[in-house]
Amino acid sequence: MATIDIDRLVKAYGRTQVVHGIDLSIRDGEFVVLVGPSGCGKSTTLRMIAGLEEITGGQIRIDGRVVNELQPKDRNIAMVFQNYAIYPHMSVADNIAFGLYRAKLSKAEKRARVEQVAQTLGLTHLLDRRPSALSGGQRQRVAIGRAMVRDPAAFLFDEPLSNLDAQLRTQMRIEIKRLHHKLGTTSVFVTHDQVEAMTMADRIVVMRDGHILQVGTPLELYEKPVDVFTARFIGSPTMNLLPANLREDKAVLAGGGSVAVPRTVAPSSDILVGARPQDLVPGPATDGGLTVSGTVAVVETLGSETLVHLEEGGQTVIGSAPGRQIPAIGEHLTLHAPADRLYYFDKASEKALAAR
Amino acid sequence: MAAAQSLPALPMSKVKPGRVVAWTLLFIGGVIMVTPLLFMLSTSLKDASQVYDLRIVPAAPTLENYWQILGDGRFLRWLANSTIVALSVTVSNVFFDSLVGYTLAKFRFRGRYIVFVAILSTLMIPTEMLVLPWYLMASQFGWLDSYWGIMFPGMMTAFGTFLMKQFFEGVPDDFLEAARIDGLNEFTIWWKIALPLVTPALSALAIFTFLGNWTAFFWPLIVTTSAELYTLPVGLSSFAVEQSIQWEKIMTGASIATLPTLIIFLFLQRYIVRGVMLAGLKG
Repeated sequence: MATIDIDRLVKAYGRTQVVHGIDLSIRDGEFVVLVGPSGCGKSTTLRMIAGLEEITGGQIRIDGRVVNELQPKDRNIAMVFQNYAIYPHMSVADNIAFGLYRAKLSKAEKRARVEQVAQTLGLTHLLDRRPSALSGGQRQRVAIGRAMVRDPAAFLFDEPLSNLDAQLRTQMRIEIKRLHHKLGTTSVFVTHDQVEAMTMADRIVVMRDGHILQVGTPLELYEKPVDVFTARFIGSPTMNLLPANLREDKAVLAGGGSVAVPRTVAPSSDILVGARPQDLVPGPATDGGLTVSGTVAVVETLGSETLVHLEEGGQTVIGSAPGRQIPAIGEHLTLHAPADRLYYFDKASEKALAAR
Repeated sequence: MAAAQSLPALPMSKVKPGRVVAWTLLFIGGVIMVTPLLFMLSTSLKDASQVYDLRIVPAAPTLENYWQILGDGRFLRWLANSTIVALSVTVSNVFFDSLVGYTLAKFRFRGRYIVFVAILSTLMIPTEMLVLPWYLMASQFGWLDSYWGIMFPGMMTAFGTFLMKQFFEGVPDDFLEAARIDGLNEFTIWWKIALPLVTPALSALAIFTFLGNWTAFFWPLIVTTSAELYTLPVGLSSFAVEQSIQWEKIMTGASIATLPTLIIFLFLQRYIVRGVMLAGLKG
C-alpha cells in the first residue's frame, strides 16, 4: 500500500503540452478515479505514474519516494490495461505467474501464490486454459490476477472495463470494488464513464484539457460542481442549464418566469440556472423554485422512472416522472424543481456562482 | 414434411461457367508446373543411353543413378554444405530481421525513419548489381571460398526486416508495457512476449529464407572455387562439363535436392500460404 503524490506534473509532446502542471495527493488505500472526456490527459497522467511515459516537468512520489527517473518495474505498481494485455501464447496460470517474473520465489511458492489469486478471482478451474478460450470478463479477471499476484503498492487501471458489454461491466465494477475493500490497495482508475467514476471512487478527479477541474467524493461532485463542465459531466442525464438574467434576488429566465436566488450567490448579470432532471418533476410549484412548462417531445421509459423531454421556445429541458406515470407525446406538462435543488453558474466564465 | 415437399428440387449439379474456366486454367497451370518435375524424376530413373528418350515412363527404369550419386562422397558433402548454409542463414535472418524489425516498429528514436528507408531502399537494387561489391568485400576480407563467404550477404535481409517490422507494428503496445511493468528487460520482452506473437510471420520468413538459400546458385557459384565447398545446386551444375552433360546424374541430384523442399511444403504449406498472403509479395 502506498500514497501517491503528484506535484506540478507536466507532460508535453514536442511543443504541445497535454498535462499542465497538475497537483494531486492520493491517500494510502484510497480508490481514486480520474475521469474526463477523450484527450483530457487522464490516461497520460496514469501512464506517467506507471513510468510508461516520461515526465516533462514536476514530480511524482510513491510512498514519499520520488519516482520520476525510475523504470516501471522499480516502482512496485501493477497496471491493468484496457485490452487486458494478457499474453495469448501462455496459459492463465502462466499469465498470472508472469506478475512474479522478478520475484525471488521458488516454483512451488509461485504456484501457491497463483493458486491463491486464482481462488480469490474464481479462476481456479481455468488455470490451464489459453486466453482465447476465455470470455471477456474472465480475461479481465486474469489481467487483474496478474496485477494482484505481486502484492503491489498500488493498482493502476487504464479504462479496464471499456471492452466489456454493459452487463459484464456492471459486474466487473462490483468485483473490482469488492476486491479493493478486501485488499485495501491504493488504486488509481481511469475512465471516461461518469457512472463508473461515481460508483467506484472514494474520490473523483475531473480532468479537462490537461487540467484538474475538481477533486471530491462522488456526492460532493454531484452536489457542488465547481463549473458547468463538471455539473454536466457528472450525473445522467446531464444537468439542464437555463440562461437567465440576475436582478437583485431574482433570476429572470430567458424563456420566461423567474426563480429566487439565495443571497450567497455572487452578483453576475448573465447566469445559467441548473436543475438536474431527477429534481425536475411534475407536481405543485414550490415558492421560489424553478417551473418549466412545455410540450412533451420525447419520453424515455426506464421502469423505475420516466425521463421526459419538454420543448419550449426552441429549448429542450429534461425532467423525470415516476416510473408508472408516462406522459403522452404532445401533452402540455409543467415541471418543478425546488429552490434548494438549483445550481447557479456565471454564463461567461462557466464557474459556479456560490456554494448551494 | 409438407414444408419439405413444397421446397423446389435442387439441381443434381450446379456448375457455374466461371468455375469451369477457373478449373481449366488451374489444370493447365498445374500441368506446366508439374511436367518438368515429372521429367526430372523420370530422367533420374533412366540410364545414360535412355536420357534422350522423352517418354515419361522409362522403358527400363533403374535406381542405379541414385546408388551412384548417394555413394559419391561429393554429393553428400554438397548436401551437407547446402544444409549448413540454408539453416545458418535462416536462423540468422529469423533472429536479426525480427530484432531490427521490432526495434524499428516499437521504439521511437532519432533517425528511425531514415534507417528504415535506407534498409528498404536496398530492396530496389538487383542482386546482379550487388554481386560485384560482395565479391570485392569477400576478396578483401579473405572470405572467398568459405562458408562465411557464401552466407554473409544473406545473413540479414531488407525483405525480412520489412516483413517483421510490419508484423510487430500489429502487436499492441499494451503487451509490451505490461511486460515492462512486470519487470522484464527490453531484450526479454522481445524474446518472450513479442516474438511468440508474430509466429506466423517468423514461420513465413524462415520458410522463404530456407528455400531461397537451398536453391541459391548464382552467388555460391561465384564465391566458391573448391568442390568441397559447393552447395548442392553448384555441385550439380558441375556434372555438366563441356561435351559431356550427365543429365541423368543432374536429374537424380535435383530429385534428391527437391525432397526437403517438398517435405517443407507438405508439412508447412499452411504457413507458406499464410506467409505469402501476409507478406503480399515474393514466393
